[in-house]
Amino acid sequence: MFLSKEDEKILQGENGEVAAKAMEILVAIGKIYGADRLIPVSSAQIAGVSYKTIGEAGLQFLEEFAAKGAKACIPSFLNPAGMDRENWKRMGISQEFAEKQLRILNAYAAMGISTTCTCAPYHIGIRPKLGEHIAWSESNALSFANSMLGARTNRESAISALASAIISKTPNFGLHLDENRRASFIIEVDAKLEKMSDFGALGVIVGKMAKDKIPAFERIDKRFATEERMKSLGAAMAASGSVALYYARGITPEWRLADEPEKLERVAIEQNQIKDAKEKMQSADSVELVAIGCPHCSLSEIKEVADKIKGKKLKVALWVCTSRETMEKARKLGYCKQIEDAGGQVVADTCMVVAPLEEIGYKRTGVNSGKAATYLPSFCGQKIRFADVEELL
Amino acid sequence: MKLKGRIISRGVATGEILLCKEPISFLGGVNPKTGLVIEKGSPIEGKSIAGKVLVFPRGKGSTVGSYVIFELKRNGVAPAAIINGECEVIIAVGAIIAGIPALDKLKGDMFKLFKDGQIAKVDAINGFVEVKD
Repeated sequence: MFLSKEDEKILQGENGEVAAKAMEILVAIGKIYGADRLIPVSSAQIAGVSYKTIGEAGLQFLEEFAAKGAKACIPSFLNPAGMDRENWKRMGISQEFAEKQLRILNAYAAMGISTTCTCAPYHIGIRPKLGEHIAWSESNALSFANSMLGARTNRESAISALASAIISKTPNFGLHLDENRRASFIIEVDAKLEKMSDFGALGVIVGKMAKDKIPAFERIDKRFATEERMKSLGAAMAASGSVALYYARGITPEWRLADEPEKLERVAIEQNQIKDAKEKMQSADSVELVAIGCPHCSLSEIKEVADKIKGKKLKVALWVCTSRETMEKARKLGYCKQIEDAGGQVVADTCMVVAPLEEIGYKRTGVNSGKAATYLPSFCGQKIRFADVEELL
Repeated sequence: MKLKGRIISRGVATGEILLCKEPISFLGGVNPKTGLVIEKGSPIEGKSIAGKVLVFPRGKGSTVGSYVIFELKRNGVAPAAIINGECEVIIAVGAIIAGIPALDKLKGDMFKLFKDGQIAKVDAINGFVEVKD
């Protein structure tokens, strides 16, 4: 792997111990994956924020790294934390968890990393352009950036993204290169996809088939393919498989197929498969909590929930998960009040996957997200009801 | 005996060799407080990796394993050095943030050439391991 004189100096410690470590991490990853060199990236999205996920060891590492003077030198922002940093008590989070979580956020803030905690930075204006190289780590965020925006990122880990934030580079391999961004099989959608749950169910099916390959979708009806639904599709594929890039004809800015496209494997997905996939995800008839916003809600998704429950009194707890920025907009427009009046909460900075649901005491959760339906049983010990917002509430 | 290898995490350390022919998961597989291997069925279950030159094919399991390697170091029970068949990112990142020298891709079959308890010097500045015969 080629290192520039500047890279070499950083590796030898001329910019300090932390920069040397960050460079060493990028060089080791580059060697492992056969990168030819390091290339500049314009932003870093860093996972590994929830205390529930990274634990005591992660907290110690981040505090030590911050204390040694680690500093991000490109726009860098965080994935959701384990709680709403202001309203954690109302969520049922314990004092001990909250203290550890706040220390993690403080360590990142000390490194100059924006503590905008969201898995959907694309909903708050963080939208890298076609062909732009970035280092993002949350699976749906990076899938959206690769697929819906045509930016370029590998599946970064929490620490590799942090190293890129500090060095402003990433090893040049994988999805940064044209030849690795070509779809290897085609999904022919022979089902009507109209609702959020349809897109999530399709994502769960295709993610399992694709594993880490790149699928290309034919015939997704553009009229129903809102950004929110496409994010749900991508998130589910990243959760049930590890799809980091997909194409949808007429929807994604890129459409690249492997050589000899006529010979590519084609898989048809029919209506009954969508129905079966939805049924398979059901493990609860009734729920204690309905959690919307996996990935984080856009303003229009919050409005949809607010309109549905306006003037009602909910029988179950409701979390509408979003970024703090979007929550503040929703508050100004009165959506938060509508939700709160019905007995629900809009929670910022966190989500149902990374919050300690089992510690709070929830056992059965209703979701409209294929990703949440995939993760909640194993990560949070939840039984699931999978449906659209109008059925859940 | 001196074997060349690829540098993954820079540094130099000496210790007793501990061989493990199976991949190791640090998250859930090693107790970060004691350095004892707790993974059921691991060839080195119940053994301590503290201060050892730990030789194994590669890491496996959660990427949070990188932080566990860091925690082992903080608790003074980390391996002195790591030698992998082919290193992957969990071990590479863990070794680097913990400051544990690590090499991989040795020129020679490490499981045939090395024996448990031999003293090895891992030089991951110049890229070799030296074992006293």
